[in-house]
Amino acid sequence: MPEPLIKARNVSLEADGKPILKDISLDIFRNEIFGIMGPAGGGKTSFLRLVNHTFRGSNVKIEGRLHVLGEDVLSDEVNPTPLRRKVSMVFATPVVLPMSIFENLVYGLRIQGIRDKSRLREAAERGLKAAILWDEVRDRLDKPAQKLSGGQQQRLCIARAMALSPDVLLLDEPTSGLDPISTFRIEEALKELKKRHTIVLVSNNTKQIARVSDRCAFFLMGELIETGKTSQMFTVPREKKTDDYIAGRFG
Amino acid sequence: MPATAADIRKKEKIIQRVFLIIAFSSLFSLFLIALFIFIEGFPMIMKVGLKDFLLSTRWSPTRGHYGIFAMIVSSFWVTIGALLFGGPLGLMCSIFLVEFASARWRAIIKPALELLAGIPSVVYGFLGVVYLVPLVRDYLGGPGLSLLTSCIILGIMILPTVISISVDALVAVPNSYREAAFSLGGTRWQTTYMVTVHAAKSGIITALVLGMGRAVGETMAVIMISGNALKIPTSILDPIRTMTSNIALEMGYASGMHRQALFATGIVLFFFVMALNTIATLFARRKAIK
Repeated sequence: MPEPLIKARNVSLEADGKPILKDISLDIFRNEIFGIMGPAGGGKTSFLRLVNHTFRGSNVKIEGRLHVLGEDVLSDEVNPTPLRRKVSMVFATPVVLPMSIFENLVYGLRIQGIRDKSRLREAAERGLKAAILWDEVRDRLDKPAQKLSGGQQQRLCIARAMALSPDVLLLDEPTSGLDPISTFRIEEALKELKKRHTIVLVSNNTKQIARVSDRCAFFLMGELIETGKTSQMFTVPREKKTDDYIAGRFG
Repeated sequence: MPATAADIRKKEKIIQRVFLIIAFSSLFSLFLIALFIFIEGFPMIMKVGLKDFLLSTRWSPTRGHYGIFAMIVSSFWVTIGALLFGGPLGLMCSIFLVEFASARWRAIIKPALELLAGIPSVVYGFLGVVYLVPLVRDYLGGPGLSLLTSCIILGIMILPTVISISVDALVAVPNSYREAAFSLGGTRWQTTYMVTVHAAKSGIITALVLGMGRAVGETMAVIMISGNALKIPTSILDPIRTMTSNIALEMGYASGMHRQALFATGIVLFFFVMALNTIATLFARRKAIK
């Protein structure tokens, strides 16, 4: 078995005395789409935030080990900036920065000090094509990004992350609040992206997890109930709770 | 007898009216001030001619010359200079407060800055005369009482205005922008100057413009440290006389046309400040529309 890209061992997280994650252990491998599903408040987003080191809050207690690309991101010595360049995160609500579409796309490169115009253009185009947005915006890259529709903004956020060519793409509910067509486009884009990248997809839409993920995990109230191959989880889950959730009996 | 619904409604109406009148009375005083300035000053401008009044540099009221051009230029430069000193300082201070300072530092610095606004301007002027003027005279030459000294002191005096408004503008930038920028691998400083300041731009410009409004209107401190010489400054070490200081210096003994000329100077100041406030409002509104 290959070495996992993300390896969590007994990760627990407590904020303000409230347990958010309890003893999570899981592996995520290269070039797979790893789905994380579960009802709201289950710790899905918190887990993603731990992975790319954007978890914030006062009075936080973290235990366990979380190796991302071979580095323990829970240790105090980790430098979050280079980590985030390799592990990009796209949030549930699309946040386009208040600048043009093009500047949004190349922001991540500019802050790395890349000025070469052709390189920036190439990265922007690569990101847009990866997020299947290129045909829609190719003629208006200099327009403010805030003018795009919600679905386009979300794909722009994915494109912006992809322009950095990250090793891992973390997606937090990337299609919540999007229409079925935009959702379909994004899902198609993800299947294309996993050929070169590793994707962690958080969603409380179980059907989406079933459609696009290779392996998945079920989080409930901060606990990892079950993890395994998606095909197996959705047909013969080991745990009754997983079965109930997938069948729509709660959550 | 219990109050009926109609009674309560009537009472509400009366209270509303009372507050409306009180609110308007402050507006009314503004109207009165504007009215009196114009009644006193406007005929004089008509008599001397707008061009001679605004564009002539000869100011000798006893001989019938009423040109305030030198003072307009002085007011202009001292305002720009105050902005050059106070603007960057205030902006960086607010960036520090919002983006970098811990809650503890903020709790110390913010009230201290508000205290800065409460210091009377005569104290600023006094400190300027006692410490800054000799420093400028000894190290840079000239009389010390100069454009430069005024700019520095005014730059400090506009800090509370600039800081409090640009802090508000920076705080109003949604945290999601910062998070998005961080998640793309930005450092705190990169995020600040490429995203946060950019997003708060209109509020920051408003802060700077209102700071200018404060500088152009300042009188007491400027009288004390500017030297009050009546000429167009040719160097930053030259003494100057602004419109406000001219009014304050001469109003004690002015009469007749002379007095009217001082009121007319007030009209010019009035338009100066109104223009700056309009610009500030336009920028603030542009942000609201966005």
